[in-house]
Amino acid sequence: MANPEELKNISRQVRRDIIRMVTLAQSGHPGGSMSSADFLTALYFEVMKHSPEGWTRDGHGQDVFILSAGHLTPVYYSLLARCGYFPVGELATFRRFGSRLQGHPSVQKGLPGVFQASGSLGQGLSVAAGMAAAKKMDKDDGTVYVMCGDGESEEGQIWEAGMFAVHNRLDNLIAMTDLNGQQIDGPVSAVSGQGDLEAKWKAFDWTVISADGHDMEAILAAFAEAKAACGKGRPVMIIFRTDMGRGVDFMAGTHKWHGKAPDAAQCSEALRQIGESTLGDF
Amino acid sequence: MKKYTDKGKKDTRSGFGAGLLEAGKADGRIMALTADLKGSLKMDAFADAFPERFIQCGIAEANMVGVAAGLAISGKIPFIGSFAEFITGRVYDQLRQAVAYGKANVKIASSHAGITLGEDGATHQTMEDIALMRALPGMVVLNPCDYNQTKAATIAAAAWDGPVYIRFGRPAVPNFTPEDGGFEIGKAYLLSEGKDITLIACGHMVWEALQAAETLESEGICCDVLSVPTIKPLDEKAILASILKTKAAVVAEEHNRTGGLGEAVAALLARTIPTPMAFVNGKDLFGQTGTPAELLHAYGLDAEHIADAARDLSARK
Repeated sequence: MANPEELKNISRQVRRDIIRMVTLAQSGHPGGSMSSADFLTALYFEVMKHSPEGWTRDGHGQDVFILSAGHLTPVYYSLLARCGYFPVGELATFRRFGSRLQGHPSVQKGLPGVFQASGSLGQGLSVAAGMAAAKKMDKDDGTVYVMCGDGESEEGQIWEAGMFAVHNRLDNLIAMTDLNGQQIDGPVSAVSGQGDLEAKWKAFDWTVISADGHDMEAILAAFAEAKAACGKGRPVMIIFRTDMGRGVDFMAGTHKWHGKAPDAAQCSEALRQIGESTLGDF
Repeated sequence: MKKYTDKGKKDTRSGFGAGLLEAGKADGRIMALTADLKGSLKMDAFADAFPERFIQCGIAEANMVGVAAGLAISGKIPFIGSFAEFITGRVYDQLRQAVAYGKANVKIASSHAGITLGEDGATHQTMEDIALMRALPGMVVLNPCDYNQTKAATIAAAAWDGPVYIRFGRPAVPNFTPEDGGFEIGKAYLLSEGKDITLIACGHMVWEALQAAETLESEGICCDVLSVPTIKPLDEKAILASILKTKAAVVAEEHNRTGGLGEAVAALLARTIPTPMAFVNGKDLFGQTGTPAELLHAYGLDAEHIADAARDLSARK
């Protein structure tokens, strides 16, 4: 297992990338990108069996990740670039005309590492379920990972997929919910009657694991538990308890940074608070 | 004119079921998914033959579209089937994002299309689906005319690399095209030749157009009858070749006047050979309960109305 300190070093760089991409583009979604940065760093740099070498969209023989909450491209693109799917320098083209790094994930221009377009919420869990079903048919031992937002879980299709995955015993599917408690219009608790997500997924007969989404040791333990639960007839949901905008005090814990870009001064202050990594900026 | 005989009435959805089974025998990547309408979509034979390649998704169409996209990304060729309304309007965003924009090789099998669904009434009778599917970039849109052609079109759709929308119906209708007629996506079929008017039709309206052409011939109006089962991409060459000869077109379809075959042909002719046209299609109305024959007549979608439209057009040509 990787040293949690190494992963924290990477997630610091991922946060720096998020802030710099969104500031450069003057648009994008930093809040949820920062809340999910720690556990997605662990996923890409420790947990998943994957390789940019010879990557193909069918995901044969590999673990697969689907970003259902498609607006979180800053964290997604940073991780893909830092894993070597495309040059780190390309992060500077985020949201620019002609870029492969579209505002939301696209497969139109064949950006390596991206399996499916997403952005209209609530669809990724179904796609992941389809890929998990295909892996079972093909006797491919890869695992399919998917991340949904808590706000996103207001979409009915999420729960259709929840029933489908259990009914079809997709025990090679590990879903993650980024429970940051915020969505565009305000706190999730104020916007919807979502209630206790953990209880809901248990009621849907999933194996449910809950963990602090910013404690690297806890994150790695949760993934280990999820992997151990695979192959036992049920899909797995990890609910990561996180903070919106984690890592920068003026962005943390509020929906106001869901889809807002920092100005130059805010960017400098955010980078100062995040600190340096050994990887270096793009 | 060339005469066609009804070799026995059959529903086009059974043509789909037969085509699906045949395609499934030839290619192990082909799968079938339904949202609690296996029997209605005639998927039973496929499901019995290949249970491991059939997925019952329950009444959850949105999830079914996403699952199919995931299967397609993984290299499968899934057919997803439901009633036309529920496999288009209900899941338009899923088809747009996960299938069309997502470049997923999913085949959308759309049964009980149009008004001939009959007694269930307007909630289930979609006359808007062709418009919705035509609007999606890259989507192929098919509406074959009888059992044999629907079977062949299903096999062609399975072999096509990319999303295909294939629309068919519930009632038993004349089966008149040859069993070995084949099907080429993007090709129109000239069923009968005339010189005065081109009758262009898709789906159930092709047989009606042939009947209208017989009546018109006895009145001295000779028609080209062009079966256009591929609404997108349109066989522009075949349509223009006929129009250059007849210089007038009637377009008949079991679909609303907005966004269907009629408008597709009108757009083609407007930018190439401006041509007098008439349209036999839905008049921006919802359907209602009734037998297919009652509804087709009441909504002006039969041979009689095609012949009337051709007579009017002939007079003002």
